[in-house]
Amino acid sequence: MSEEIKKHRPPPDPNSAKYKLGQIAAKAYSDAQEAKDRGEMVGWCSSNFPVEIPETLGLAVVYPENQAAGIAARGGGERMCQISEADGYSNDICAYARISLAYAKIKDAPEQNMPQPDFLLCCNNICNCMIKWYENLAIELNIPLIMIDIPFNPDYEVSDAQVAYVRDQFWAAIHQLEEITGKKWSDEKYKEVMEYSGRTSRAWLAATACAHYEPSPFNGFDLLNHMAVMVTARGKKEAAEAMETLLKEYEDNHAKGVSTFRAEEKYRIMFEGIACWPYLRATSTGLKSRGINMVTTIYADAFGFIYKDFDDMCRAYCKVPNAINLEYARDKRVKLCKDNHVEGLLVHTNRSCKLWSGFMYEMSRQIGQECNIPVASFDGDQADPRNFSEAQYDTRVQGLTEIMEINKEAK
Amino acid sequence: MYTLGIDIGSTTSKCVILEDGANIVASSLVVGGIGTSGPEQALSRVFQDSGLTREQMDGVAATGYGRNRCGETELKVSELTCHGLGAHFVFPQVRTIIDIGGQDAKVISLDDAGRMQNFLMNDKCEAGTGRFLDVMANILCIPVNDFGDWAAKAKAPASISSTCTVFAESEVISQLAAGTETADLVAGICASVAGRVASLAKRINIVPEVCMSGGVAQNSGVRLALAEAIGQPIEFSPLAQLFGALGAALYAYHKIK
Repeated sequence: MSEEIKKHRPPPDPNSAKYKLGQIAAKAYSDAQEAKDRGEMVGWCSSNFPVEIPETLGLAVVYPENQAAGIAARGGGERMCQISEADGYSNDICAYARISLAYAKIKDAPEQNMPQPDFLLCCNNICNCMIKWYENLAIELNIPLIMIDIPFNPDYEVSDAQVAYVRDQFWAAIHQLEEITGKKWSDEKYKEVMEYSGRTSRAWLAATACAHYEPSPFNGFDLLNHMAVMVTARGKKEAAEAMETLLKEYEDNHAKGVSTFRAEEKYRIMFEGIACWPYLRATSTGLKSRGINMVTTIYADAFGFIYKDFDDMCRAYCKVPNAINLEYARDKRVKLCKDNHVEGLLVHTNRSCKLWSGFMYEMSRQIGQECNIPVASFDGDQADPRNFSEAQYDTRVQGLTEIMEINKEAK
Repeated sequence: MYTLGIDIGSTTSKCVILEDGANIVASSLVVGGIGTSGPEQALSRVFQDSGLTREQMDGVAATGYGRNRCGETELKVSELTCHGLGAHFVFPQVRTIIDIGGQDAKVISLDDAGRMQNFLMNDKCEAGTGRFLDVMANILCIPVNDFGDWAAKAKAPASISSTCTVFAESEVISQLAAGTETADLVAGICASVAGRVASLAKRINIVPEVCMSGGVAQNSGVRLALAEAIGQPIEFSPLAQLFGALGAALYAYHKIK
């Protein structure tokens, strides 16, 4: 038997942002399990539901999207998807939904377990498939579902009427939760949560904006990992402190001329779409080996919420990337490309996300034209490994690299 | 100065030896792509025909899906760039290249100097690629190389509405059973591939002149249907299937020049 040789890695620095953020992400699951073990009610929550509500009420919630990404990244996506498909769910629907519905059925996934829910919190501002996913969970598990409807916004601004519509739903959700769980809303506590959420978001957005430095002080794939805290814990004090540490580290990296991107940064691109979690290493290596740093992505921006009061919070949740029109969505991306000196756009045509991928053909064409950068797209999936070909990915990335090289030489 | 280009595709392997980036000394094309003995056969044939040896090559570049498994060379370059270079060498006036290979379809835009500016590729579906035609040729028991002659004899081209290869296969079988003429079916199959690739091409700005590259370029049935679908004449060279290898040899030449 050959002896296993393990690469020596120094123990992580407990004061580093990476360590702190990793601990917070892990603690979100362990805290929820401990609450469950104490007999408290636990919720499952969609990623762009106002986290401030359960946080203010002191409710433990976990995030099925986050869990599905973790299961997929650790190789369990296909197994879980097949369980749902055997129950009649089409392989055309979101793989996060299929994994989550499978988990609700078998209640075990060694890649990432979490407590079963006593109530469900869903908001459709990020995804429409989510409505039926959560409705089915509620029926299968026979538990209450709180559904918040945030309509797609065809305008640039959020109208007062839309704010009123959403505000009433938020308050209805709060009162329903008080009734279901026996917990009570406190305006004082809400102010505290709002403050932490604001601090976390400001630090996160400032940290991601450090990509405007050349070279960038971080590898863009770091954002995909750190984002878990933005999804699950942005209203917590620990999250605010960890994100402020991250920002400081990125500024320090820039001052010292170092980066977490462990290669020479030859090209800077924007990555569009959710990560291809089952092939994170393949997609990351395909870029890094060519000196391509993914310096920005709208996905990171999606979870930075800055607001000053309750109404403003409603407005912020009406402006998340998947709830806005093509022109506004394009302008936000064009700004990111220009601010961060992007030289190419790589688009993940994510088979799981019809909403996001459907308008990307036209949007990426407009971004490419507006920013005068080449665009390449590849087929993949956020969690179902059966929709990706590494060879096809490699050819597209190499083609993109060769155009960026030609453009550089022409300058 | 001699440079060698090797194009290892999904179904064939091709080699071209160039002298001084200007004259094609020899070329080879064998059936058998990545994961077969095709690449070695193509290499030994091109050296045999040219009377040259590997040691006499001043530069070597590999392209195609098998480029990263080709131990012959340090230079690896995408087939996108190579088809652009190869097409520009043969047709300097061409600005848009439509390449239909064994398992994918690509549309490549060039600038006036022949440099790639943009490209689009098919999604993971094999409809609209050479593989689709191979499957149909198998059902009809006709060599795919004869599709052009058959399509030219069509009186009322059949409509193949299915995009999916598997569905289209059963559609063709149903039409055969219903007595549809073989020539009409072949013309319908060619039009189906052309329609799918034309949709891809129209998403990029089609700047004339246009040429085809890749194995399917040999198929006049698809080529003529595609020209009609995009509303542009399509240039064709008997070297079309070698554009990738030719482009790789040119790439190697420019790198060491």
